[in-house]
Amino acid sequence: MEILLQQIINGLVQGSVYALVALGYTMVYGILGLINFAHGEVVMVGAMLALSALTALLGMGVPPVPALLFSVMVAMAGCMVLGYGIERIAYRPLRHASRLAPLITAIGVSIVLQNLAMMIWGREYHSFPQLISNDTHNFGGAIINDIQIVIFILALAIMAGLMVVVHRTRLGCAMRAVAENQHAAQLMGVDINRVISITFMLGSALAAIAGLMVSANYGLAHYYMGFLLGLKAFTAAVLGGIGNLRGAMLGGLLLGLIESLGAGYIGDLTGGFMGSNYQDVFAFFVLIAVLVFRPSGLLGERLAERA
Amino acid sequence: MSRGTVSPVGARRAVPLLEVRSLQVAYGGIQAVKGIDLHIAPGELVALIGSNGAGKTTTLKTLAGLLPLSSGQIHYDGKSLHNIEAHQRVSMGIALVPEGRGVFARLTVHENLQMGAYSRNDQHEIASDLARMYELFPRLAERRGQLAGTLSGGEQQMVAMARALMSRPRLLMLDEPSMGLAPLMVQKIFETIRDIAAQGMSILLVEQNARLALQAAQRGYVMESGSITLSGAAGELLGSDAVQRAYLGS
Repeated sequence: MEILLQQIINGLVQGSVYALVALGYTMVYGILGLINFAHGEVVMVGAMLALSALTALLGMGVPPVPALLFSVMVAMAGCMVLGYGIERIAYRPLRHASRLAPLITAIGVSIVLQNLAMMIWGREYHSFPQLISNDTHNFGGAIINDIQIVIFILALAIMAGLMVVVHRTRLGCAMRAVAENQHAAQLMGVDINRVISITFMLGSALAAIAGLMVSANYGLAHYYMGFLLGLKAFTAAVLGGIGNLRGAMLGGLLLGLIESLGAGYIGDLTGGFMGSNYQDVFAFFVLIAVLVFRPSGLLGERLAERA
Repeated sequence: MSRGTVSPVGARRAVPLLEVRSLQVAYGGIQAVKGIDLHIAPGELVALIGSNGAGKTTTLKTLAGLLPLSSGQIHYDGKSLHNIEAHQRVSMGIALVPEGRGVFARLTVHENLQMGAYSRNDQHEIASDLARMYELFPRLAERRGQLAGTLSGGEQQMVAMARALMSRPRLLMLDEPSMGLAPLMVQKIFETIRDIAAQGMSILLVEQNARLALQAAQRGYVMESGSITLSGAAGELLGSDAVQRAYLGS
């Protein structure tokens, strides 16, 4: 029973991070109909930038909390510039090209970013400094620490904030209008290029925060961390129904749970043949299952409605 | 192709709000508009009629900035629209209600109307304009919280028109507002168009229903495979043999 509760807690915390990243995929897909496969690398750059800023600030004797806040801002700003640049360089010139073309440039951008990160930050794992108190709490036999609590609550708050932006503001209305009909949106006076840029920047800001959360949670950051994380978050977005914001959140949390429960019980299920090191496999089982049985995802619409 | 004029329209030489000269547009590899001239005076209701595929929609889209022109000039309010993007033209006062209406199905009626005012910043005026639209289209007031995609075709046409009016246009372009609507609804829409025109707005109306359009308009142009073949006062076009035979089915 404690194991179950523990796995649920771990799954929800990890899932809330997936959800933040999945939102970036799904927002871009909703508006442009393309998968920004470089998004995972934006998460990585966010983590690396935050870590560098943090290390520098702590080295200068800045107290932990202000240092952390400032590092978050540095990472967000850096990632927003990066997201903007990726769209301008890799996607906008191909707006009217075949669907395959931006997919290929996305992979190209990923490789470039990974290699740049490797050149800047090296191949080694960077450990995340211990900043805020990391007391553990006993929660019905399961253990949860302060960082996990902060991650989960912050992620939920950010998602709620995003929903408010998308559904209650003029900008959000314009984003939904562009997602639905670009020509009609232009006829309303919407500068669609601007809205698309802002969408990329918003998604990238979420990615920066997610990157920081992952590295704080695991205590590590690495130039290659964006790849698997990106794929999993993409899976979460597909699971929820790509293009659907609520779907991305639901998909993220569910994927976190599936992974965590799967890892917790796979040993029992296979009689010890497979261990929790097979955790990563679950995400891709989910991806394949969704694509086979429900390609539109849990909350997605059928593609025909998008025409 | 004979380029005839039913009546020499020479009296009107006030500065036109819209003036199009030798406009050519290529669309999907085809020369869809082959050098047309047209103008609209302030406050005028002008009909552009012609059969399917004549290039009417292409013309409107080009005027709105959604399609690039291959040659020719468009002057609006004395200024060239060269290199002015679609969204910028909206704040200059050009509005297009596109063919098929283009309402945002997943936005509410109210959000659709708010999108119409996207190019404006005068919050108080926007609020009073919204109230006016709900007066003009009481049906929309009843359905303001509903997703626009759930409305009937006629109601969606109302949303599309109200939304375009929310930008406070000086030139309103309507592409086939009667398409797919029941006769009663068509009447209603045309009543509204006449009302709006009576308030002094310049309107360019594209219609396949030539009789309806010419009855509402002051002047008309007839377009055939990319060229304007006839133009003149609406009443005279209605009475002309060529128009009667080709578009009025008599």
